[in-house]
Amino acid sequence: MAATTVAAPLSKSGRVHPLAGLQQTFTMAWRSLVAVKHNPLELVDYSITPIMFVFLFTYVLGGQMAGSPEAYLKYALPGIIVQNTLFMTMYTAMALNTDLTKGVFDRLRSLPIARSAPLIGRITADLAKHVWAMLLMIGLGMALGFRITGGLDGLLLGGALVIVFAAAVSWSAVLIGMLAGDAEKVQAFAFTLIFPITFTSSAFVRVETMPGWLQAWSDVNPVSHLSDAFRGLLLGGPVAGPVLWSLAWAAGIAVVFYPLAMRAYRAKA
Amino acid sequence: MTYAIQAEGLAKRFKETQALAGVDLAAHTGTVLGMLGPNGAGKTTAVRIFATLLQPDEGRAEVAGHDVVREAGAVRAMVGLTGQYAAVDENLTGTENLLLIGRLLGMPRRDSRARAKELLERFHLTEAAGRAVKTFSGGMRRRLDLAASLVGRPRILFLDEPTTGLDPHSRGELWDMLRGLVADGVTALLTTQYLNEADQLADRIVVIDRGRVIAEGTPNELKAQVGGQVLQVRPVNRAELMTAHVLVMEEAGPQTQIEGDSITVPVKDPALMPAVVRRLDGEGIAVGELTLRRSSLDEVFLALTGHRAEPEQPEEPSEADEAAAVAGAPGEGREGAERAVR
Repeated sequence: MAATTVAAPLSKSGRVHPLAGLQQTFTMAWRSLVAVKHNPLELVDYSITPIMFVFLFTYVLGGQMAGSPEAYLKYALPGIIVQNTLFMTMYTAMALNTDLTKGVFDRLRSLPIARSAPLIGRITADLAKHVWAMLLMIGLGMALGFRITGGLDGLLLGGALVIVFAAAVSWSAVLIGMLAGDAEKVQAFAFTLIFPITFTSSAFVRVETMPGWLQAWSDVNPVSHLSDAFRGLLLGGPVAGPVLWSLAWAAGIAVVFYPLAMRAYRAKA
Repeated sequence: MTYAIQAEGLAKRFKETQALAGVDLAAHTGTVLGMLGPNGAGKTTAVRIFATLLQPDEGRAEVAGHDVVREAGAVRAMVGLTGQYAAVDENLTGTENLLLIGRLLGMPRRDSRARAKELLERFHLTEAAGRAVKTFSGGMRRRLDLAASLVGRPRILFLDEPTTGLDPHSRGELWDMLRGLVADGVTALLTTQYLNEADQLADRIVVIDRGRVIAEGTPNELKAQVGGQVLQVRPVNRAELMTAHVLVMEEAGPQTQIEGDSITVPVKDPALMPAVVRRLDGEGIAVGELTLRRSSLDEVFLALTGHRAEPEQPEEPSEADEAAAVAGAPGEGREGAERAVR
């Protein structure tokens, strides 16, 4: 076979044409998605856990929380989705950490490709997984009695808002993935951080039942704003305040973590 | 252009550690340059600089005439890297791992597939092509890793301890594959801790220790420099060790040493061994073991630097242990086993 030397469209210094960079990013996203096929555990992370959350919250807590499982589901489903989405951003951190510690990033960096492609590809693929888990949970919720009374535009806007927020939080996940020694530390760190933040919000309960000092935190907690906004968009109702707060938080998180994450990525991967 | 790989005064420091302290080296196009040294000598740092993963603090390095810092893109387009770890995705199949690289390099889908198939065949991985890499053995992973570094048909290869942790059979297979590549005109920089490996594969060898090149030459030149072979004699009766030591010393000279229950001495004159055998026989000393073996890396270091190689810290202990178990000998004596005299 004749030697068809690959001419990657790049300059001597290593600048990659934007179109080539885009194709490389999609290739990296493909890699993250096709891996699910051979790793059934990932399917558990992105499917079974969300389903379990919906069932547990609805049938175990529902009766006591709101008189009936269905009544509680109506309040809690948006919060459960928000919580699950935040947990899932940590899989991004774990996957990046694994690539770093196993030397995969070394291989990728020795290739004539855009430096950002492995990172953006991973985040893109993980956002697709977020959408999948979200659809799964909404579908299950509807089967259990949840009704979207805010209309299709409410569903689309609400879903988009949660994904935008997840994309912002992903940059903190990138930073954690780059700095952690191994994937288990990522998990330990992430869960001790995300658990209290999601539970001290309006995701699962009305904040009026909390002690005053906790209410004060809960009122500024981004998870509260995001849950309220998502709930309002799905069910209909005034949402301007929570939506703006959610966007402001997302912007704030991105502004702080994007540069830190990129710096760590450039230094390490 | 005569050199495919060239470095001058390469220096790199990590906080406390001076990883490289002014390294000069060069490899002609189409040859293998072996870089021999213990763990922590600076081999990996040098490879990472050549592969554009690290920038040197001082000095300069060129690959195919391109500066690794200013023309990193041009370098990346020409090199393949196989690191100490098999840098393949465990959750992808063999085929998918190679497709990934092909697509990243901008090859059309059809060409990527053809190239993946061709490489899997070449590296005897066709049967496992559709399995996730996490089910692969250590040797299969290394072969796939090497295949992945070849997808873009690089003219220059960097191989950082490609056989560390492999059993002797897998090691031999990988050697054969490397020889095939070099026969196709590829230039390679190969780092290794095994003198034998450098001897088998390299046209020239640089010995590196504590960030410096301490010796350089063809394998034969180096072996001559460090005394080549070592004669080891073990008397059946340990009580005769001292007597035997004196007798061997009379034949071989003052470099004769006692190591454990054996006597060792570097050999330069081929007539020495028969002379020692005759002498011991004449004195009625029964010899349990008489071995002529090549200098080990440890002895190269002792000879070149006056200190022993740093103790090995295998990064993949389980695999390294496996390899030692398969070899049936703890490291050094391995090469000499076939040459043992009865």
